Amino acid sequence: MDDSQTAGSGRTWFVAGMRGIFSLPAMMLMLSFVGFCAFTAQAGIPVEHVVFMVGAVWALPANVILVSSILGGANLLATFIAVTLSSIRLMPMVAALIPEIRTEKTPTWLLLFLSHFVAITAWVFAIERVQAVPRDYRVTFFAGFGVTLVVVNMLLVAVVYQFVTEFPPIVSGCLFFLTPVYFLASIWSSARHPVIYMAMVIGLVAGPFFYWLAPEFDILLAGVGGGTLAWLAERQWRKRGEVRA
Amino acid sequence: MTVLEGWWAYVFIAIAGWLATDLWRWLGVLAGNRLREDSEVLNWVRAVATALVAAVIAKLILYPTGILEQSPLWLRLGSIAAGAAAFFVGRQKPVIGIATAIAVLAIGLWVLGF
Repeated sequence: MDDSQTAGSGRTWFVAGMRGIFSLPAMMLMLSFVGFCAFTAQAGIPVEHVVFMVGAVWALPANVILVSSILGGANLLATFIAVTLSSIRLMPMVAALIPEIRTEKTPTWLLLFLSHFVAITAWVFAIERVQAVPRDYRVTFFAGFGVTLVVVNMLLVAVVYQFVTEFPPIVSGCLFFLTPVYFLASIWSSARHPVIYMAMVIGLVAGPFFYWLAPEFDILLAGVGGGTLAWLAERQWRKRGEVRA
Repeated sequence: MTVLEGWWAYVFIAIAGWLATDLWRWLGVLAGNRLREDSEVLNWVRAVATALVAAVIAKLILYPTGILEQSPLWLRLGSIAAGAAAFFVGRQKPVIGIATAIAVLAIGLWVLGF
């Protein structure tokens, strides 16, 4: 791509990022947030708390775990641990994205601020599209997309909250189901490492198994136990491949 | 059902939600250039993170809340199976898998009189 022609101004690239709100991943995410909204409305969480959660936590799995913990009556520490363990994945995601978008001049405080807008959808979108953006404007492009996505979903949740409880049962059932189905499909299709597939399959089995074995720590045990097992298995398999080659 | 009240709700969400997630995002920024993309530690972190989210997904499917709580398990698992089949046949396009799973669920719920 010819930089002199496509560079444009910072505002142009910010707006280009904003336009990502009309992309398919953004649409899927908005529907998932409507589903999340239905979940919280049925559970009786007040709308102002839900809007605050969407803006403050942003990552949907972390939000779901936060609400589940609150409903289960978990205390602050137990909730913090459950949410923080589900969010470890954000660290490698952010770490992988930063070298793609920063320049030598990008201040660290700006990256720290913008990292808040990273979650599965924004990450997949950015990794895919940022290649076509001149390096000087990649941070701007991501800011345009990330900020818009968060603000629009906060407004969406605020508006939709009062209607979701009146949805026909089939609609609210399908919206609830959208969240797990969307995560399954998007994680699987965006995986770039073999270990992701292995961990996904093992985690799906380990989740219910540990729920049956130790319901209080199920997610934690399934993550650390299942993930380590997946990592060991994948490494073993990889090494055998290397020996053969 | 426990719902948090007053200002405590915001403090609770800010600490157990906001701080608990942004902590990792900030560490991600700081690690950005240092963590090697092909390191074994990162591979393990990836595996644990993915298994964690997968466990959450499995729980949402097996033990849903709201309307789906009353739906039969075979219908939910059948929807996932149909969606997965369509996903792999359709060259792993997320939208194909998602649309199929949701359509099967909707038809099932309708037939069962929901």
